[in-house]
Amino acid sequence: MHVFLSLDWFLLIEKAILISIIIGISLIVAMYETWAERKVAAVIQDRRGPNRAGPGGIFQPLADGLKLFMKEEIVPNLSNKFLFILGPGIAMLTAMMTSAVVPWAGNIHAFGRDIPLQVADVNIGILYIFGVVSMGVYGVMIGGWASNNKFSLLAAIRGASQIISYELAMGLTLIAVLMLTGSLSLRTIVEQQLDHKYYVFYQPVGFIIFLVCAFAECNRTPFDLSEAESELNMGYHQEYSSMKLGFYLFAEYVNMFISSAVMATVFWGGYDIPFLNDAKFGQEHGQNLLAGLELLCLFLKIAFFIFFFIWVRWTIPRFRYDQLMNLGWKALIPLAILNMLVTGFVILFH
Amino acid sequence: MQALTSKAKPVGRKPMTFWEKLYIPAIAKGMAITFKHIFRKKPTINYPEKTRPFSPVFRGVQVLNRDEEGRERCTACGLCAVACPAEAITMEAAERLPGEENLYREEKYAVKYEINMLRCIFCGLCEEACPKDAVYLSETMVPSNYNRKTFVYSKQELLIPNPLTDPEAFAKAKGARPEKTL
Repeated sequence: MHVFLSLDWFLLIEKAILISIIIGISLIVAMYETWAERKVAAVIQDRRGPNRAGPGGIFQPLADGLKLFMKEEIVPNLSNKFLFILGPGIAMLTAMMTSAVVPWAGNIHAFGRDIPLQVADVNIGILYIFGVVSMGVYGVMIGGWASNNKFSLLAAIRGASQIISYELAMGLTLIAVLMLTGSLSLRTIVEQQLDHKYYVFYQPVGFIIFLVCAFAECNRTPFDLSEAESELNMGYHQEYSSMKLGFYLFAEYVNMFISSAVMATVFWGGYDIPFLNDAKFGQEHGQNLLAGLELLCLFLKIAFFIFFFIWVRWTIPRFRYDQLMNLGWKALIPLAILNMLVTGFVILFH
Repeated sequence: MQALTSKAKPVGRKPMTFWEKLYIPAIAKGMAITFKHIFRKKPTINYPEKTRPFSPVFRGVQVLNRDEEGRERCTACGLCAVACPAEAITMEAAERLPGEENLYREEKYAVKYEINMLRCIFCGLCEEACPKDAVYLSETMVPSNYNRKTFVYSKQELLIPNPLTDPEAFAKAKGARPEKTL
């Protein structure tokens, strides 16, 4: 009873609301990423893209979602039914879970409380992201294996080995960043960058490696070997239909959104507003306006990265499997280690 | 081996240089190209809102013509049906009764005039055969349908609107077609 009463109920409600808002926003962003993908693909190829459903085709994602819901659910006879259904669920869950530690803006002041726009400011933020992201491969792996289809299995194996290879390089670049920050908490990392000391200027090589690895982690072109529609018939989600397929496709877009957020947070100052002294602005115009602008700023950065993801997809063809492995193990990992060593030396003798 | 043409190009098999192995310059170049395309003019024409003009010799669905007083020109002579290589045209003739002079131009007219649009090959020979300028191919296409029967167009579907009672629709159906010299 005592424990029950001593719970901070406001905190619980505040966090519950925040979680639902973030999940809602993630899904909406993912929806409009599909629209943006088609639109950007179209203009890059001198086409117009979807423009029938609503002005400029903005209701297209709704129609697509409705279509996916209406499709027949097919579960292959010889598949492992439980794992077959579990796969897309895991993919979606892990994609969503990463959003918990991303700081979306500074504190807002409401109901007499300072509410941080971050679900959990855990002091191992980056490690948490790594843990969850590496679980994401289970969605691909389980889905591909449970389908009882050789194409799916091959794709799942490729996907798993690819993600594991690129996670190494990603981790090594983050070590270099962490040597600069001295903290694993994402909020602390953002606060250190508030006066335009973006870590991308200290770690340009690290940022590029991280970017490349993010592409690989999201299974995006040029590293979409686990999908590989031209060689493996859509790979791990070949046997999926209806909303289970939708979950896999959506998880990819949510992953893109979250990894854009992480890149913006770790390397591009997170919610920092460029060319503006945030703290001073906050004192002059109030905390809430500042938080709103910061949120907008972070979303602009995220939007740019999402555009970049899409832009790259419609530029670069898929890597061959051996090229992918060569790039990961023989180029990115040595480069990341070198980057880490150089950073260490500079910090030591500076 | 003797080359058959002078067009063969040797394939470069030399290993990539360091600069090429970096990938990044090549990728940046490619991305610049795709970025430029974003601002290109799109060649697509938004079809239902915008249509391209047909060429003057375009042959679409047939129209049964009327004269300037709104009388049907067709005399059911059957020359079009004879000329038709696809045998798409059938008709039945009837004699004009007294008091019907405002409906039919000459003493004989077609009570039934049908064109099967599934058989028609839109060759335009019916138009060429017609001595009365009574049938011609317009600039309209045959719309799709779920039912085969609907493709046998009756006289009512083929007739041009009456210029006396509905001059606007007549002008629209007539389009820019010049009068045929008889």
